[in-house]
Amino acid sequence: MQEFFQQVVSGIAIGGIFASLALALVLIYNAMGLVNFAQGEMAMFATFVAYALINRGMSYWIAFPITLVLAFGGGILIQRLVIKPVERAPVLTLVIITLGLATLVNGFAGFIFGYVPRSFPSPFSADSADLFGVFISYRDMGVIAVSGLVLLGVYLLLQRTTVGLTMRAAAHHPEASRLLGVQVSWMLALGWGLASAVGAVSGIMVAPILLLEPNMMQSIIIYAFAAAVLGGIESPLGAVIGGLIVGVTVNLAGAYLPGVGGDLQLAVGLAIIIAVLIARPNGLFGRAAIRRV
Amino acid sequence: MGRIAPRLAAVAVFMVTLAACGGGTGTTSQTDVGITSNSILLGNTIAQSGPAAAYGTIANAELAYFTYINSQGGVNGRKINFKILDDAYNPAQTVPLTKQLVEQDQVFAMFSGLGTQAQTSVRDYLNSKKVPQLFVATGATTWGKDFASNQWTMSWQPPYQGESHIYAKDVLAKHSSAKIGVLYQNDDYGQDYLKGLTDGLGAKASMIVAKESYDVTAANTAAQLTKLKAAGVDTLFLFSTPGFTIKSLVIVTLLHWQPTIYLNSVSNPQVYMGLAAKAGAANQNVTSVSYLKDPTDSQWAGDDGMKLYKTVIANCSKCDPNDGFNIYGVAVAYTMVDVLKQAGSTLTRANVMKIASSQLNETNPFLLPGVKLTTTSSDHFPIMQEQVITWTGTGWKLQGTLIDERGTIK
Amino acid sequence: MMPRLRNAPPRYWLVVIAVVFFLGFPTVISSFQSSLWAQALILAIAVMGLNILVGYSGQLSLGHGAFMALGAYTSAILAHRYKMDYLLTIPIATLFTGLVGFLFGFPALRLSPLYLALATFALAVVTPSLIKRPEGLTGGVQGIILIQPDPPPFASDLFAAVTGTAMTSDQWIYYISLFCALLLFWVAWNLVRHRPGRAMRALRDGEVAAAAYGVNIAGFKTLAFGISAFYAGIAGSLFGLATGFVSPDTFPVSLSIQLLVGAVVGGLASIPGPLLGAIFAYFLPIEANQWVPSQSWIPDQVASTVKNAGPAVSYGVLLILIMIFAPNGIVGLIRAGYDWLYRRLRGATDRETGQLPPDPQTV
Repeated sequence: MQEFFQQVVSGIAIGGIFASLALALVLIYNAMGLVNFAQGEMAMFATFVAYALINRGMSYWIAFPITLVLAFGGGILIQRLVIKPVERAPVLTLVIITLGLATLVNGFAGFIFGYVPRSFPSPFSADSADLFGVFISYRDMGVIAVSGLVLLGVYLLLQRTTVGLTMRAAAHHPEASRLLGVQVSWMLALGWGLASAVGAVSGIMVAPILLLEPNMMQSIIIYAFAAAVLGGIESPLGAVIGGLIVGVTVNLAGAYLPGVGGDLQLAVGLAIIIAVLIARPNGLFGRAAIRRV
Repeated sequence: MGRIAPRLAAVAVFMVTLAACGGGTGTTSQTDVGITSNSILLGNTIAQSGPAAAYGTIANAELAYFTYINSQGGVNGRKINFKILDDAYNPAQTVPLTKQLVEQDQVFAMFSGLGTQAQTSVRDYLNSKKVPQLFVATGATTWGKDFASNQWTMSWQPPYQGESHIYAKDVLAKHSSAKIGVLYQNDDYGQDYLKGLTDGLGAKASMIVAKESYDVTAANTAAQLTKLKAAGVDTLFLFSTPGFTIKSLVIVTLLHWQPTIYLNSVSNPQVYMGLAAKAGAANQNVTSVSYLKDPTDSQWAGDDGMKLYKTVIANCSKCDPNDGFNIYGVAVAYTMVDVLKQAGSTLTRANVMKIASSQLNETNPFLLPGVKLTTTSSDHFPIMQEQVITWTGTGWKLQGTLIDERGTIK
Repeated sequence: MMPRLRNAPPRYWLVVIAVVFFLGFPTVISSFQSSLWAQALILAIAVMGLNILVGYSGQLSLGHGAFMALGAYTSAILAHRYKMDYLLTIPIATLFTGLVGFLFGFPALRLSPLYLALATFALAVVTPSLIKRPEGLTGGVQGIILIQPDPPPFASDLFAAVTGTAMTSDQWIYYISLFCALLLFWVAWNLVRHRPGRAMRALRDGEVAAAAYGVNIAGFKTLAFGISAFYAGIAGSLFGLATGFVSPDTFPVSLSIQLLVGAVVGGLASIPGPLLGAIFAYFLPIEANQWVPSQSWIPDQVASTVKNAGPAVSYGVLLILIMIFAPNGIVGLIRAGYDWLYRRLRGATDRETGQLPPDPQTV
């Protein structure tokens, strides 16, 4: 029984990592109805920027906010450079651009930083807490806690501020917003900046656990997709809960489901995506999906 | 270099034989495709992008050694040109790139191609073309074992199974009542290690109470390690690639678990142990084996081989001297140069292959003292000696003496 | 989906030139070059399949590498385990993959383009681990080595008569691939000109309107998936033959992306597009870090940067640039260039041709 609880807790721990990246995916979706295939790579690159700053002697607590600002600016820059020219193009065009971006950023990070894994500092203790013989590391708890804070921040921003309201309006009703004088394109850029910054938080939080290298996010992006889809792709709360559920499910299926085993965990992620999309396309927390026609 | 002298006789005999067969054109030298009067062209495919890009630095380190040798006058007056192509660890790319190197660039030999699947995909082709596929950078057992049917293909590093035999011996000697659990990568690499361990334990193979596999696409190995711990395992084997080994060492500590740990040589460079420690791993009771000198190990600071390595690797601006893969690259390049030198004026593919596969008798300055590369007409595993090492918290400590597993892989 | 290209009449002389070119090409290039072009033609078949799905029926798949894997492994298992002649396994593998694709089309019906992209992308990522599992069947990570066929005497003699040298396996595989490619491009061309093609395009441009005209939406969408997988299946089968080896790592996610790149770069919803796009997508990663450094006119600094950054960076940059500046791909560029030239040669300004200037409001 203790083993079972340990599997659940380990699942929650890894689920927190999925959730933190899924949050960034959800933000982009909210901003423009798009899944950004480059989200993981952008987060990885931002983490490398933080690494470079810290490596040059900057304190963690200064490097962290600077990286967020840089990531925010980088997100806006990317939107202006490569998304804006095609922002009204069909989904296909946008998806391909983000795939191109993913390839580009991954290769570029490898070119600059190399492929040797690096350790990344964490503000949380490397030890783990003992809950009646079940263990969870403080770093994993930190990821979940920070994801919760980001979730709160995103919620407040989107639901309680004028900027958030305008952003949502621009995403859901671009024509009407334009008529009301909203700078729709800049709202989308703001969405990219925010998602990029949230992704950077995710990268900085998970890098101490996953080790920083250009392919760091490739092992978790599919799970993050599964998390976002499960939670309902436009719901930030859904992304976090979806992440935790995916983490636990994948862990338990790998451990106990006959025929799955540890080496087919990713297939469980795929199965979750397909099952949710077919049975309940709006996920657990989503409303009827908006469609770009 | 005194050992070259006895070889000369063999080379001379070989030359006479070739000449007698009508292959000889002159009395002074014989060459093949890829050799000119002042150059030797070698080709290589390796992952320099994609999921296994971390290995890509091996080729750069090899190039650094060839550059060093060229600056010293080359091999018998010939400079080595080394063409590296990136196959992204995808066999479907290895095939055309290898064909390009052989048919278009006209390389003399393929050297140190990386990846078991990738190198398997071109083995038949290179053998049918009689192009040496020398010192492939994989420890799969098939390279040495199936030499009879692929006489143009050879590996260099100790086979994974041989390494596992050493672990089996160590466990039997030190922890004879151990409950062994194995975490392995679900590919040839992990499976070879597992097979070697099972074979090595022989009648005591039932000591393995649990084994769990993971896929390279996994996010971490928590589920598997939790199961192994719950199964009562007190001796844990990690047959995994460096990234997963580091994560696994951390998870073991987070589970407040203190098994005796054996980890494979691919993952044991000090850099990785340091990364694991920084990420929270206790790294207690860790045993591994080694055959290469670890560049970060201070005990080699004054060692001539290590000094040479540092000189060589300075030729590669993007190589991290502390990366264990780089000393591997330099060491295997050393053997290649040695073979080419021995071939002397009979620089033919057949002669080079003959020397590499049956006449190797080399002391390599980048390997642990005492390790000898040997091949004979019936043994095509060049390196079969390794030494048990244990982790002290700051570095590896050599234990006992070199263990020779020659002849144990049938 | 993509802004449509205007339907130009087929230019038969261009087709004739292309066919003659591809038939004669191996006689002037090396056997090794032929093997590369065989791979490019094989890729073109798969890209054509993807083009039918994406360009004509408007469904987005990022996982067509999985269908290629299915075709390749079906052939490899039949040839290796059941000792069938490899060429005979090709139609079996093709039909089987087509059937699986057709069935896959049913769940796909329920997904929006974005969700379909997500699900198929996940499928592409999982494919290698799925292949590893049934080890007894697929050979696991060891893969399956395939014996490449020698050319039959008639082909070899004909080739020798033209070039004076015997035909190699690689050249024979090139001609097999060329034969399949010509056949399948001809099929695709007929398909898109007739009822299924019109129905699919109607679907793509508006499901509601298409339904109103009596188009069986579900039927044609699943049919498109089936046909598309059929193409991927034959491409996969040929791919195994040309590579001489199948293993899990032969079908990485990057293969699926390469197919998509081929479809998009060539130009969606066009027949020559997949051919041009596949050639581009196949040769770019091979040449990106070989050709650039070999050019003396490119500054050393640039050349070494391109080489060190690897093909991924050039691939990404070009993908983005093409999507932004040439969304109709190479075919779109060629047509635009042709139209421009045509107007210039007529020596007339736009106004004099009697065409209306483009409406500034329809962008």
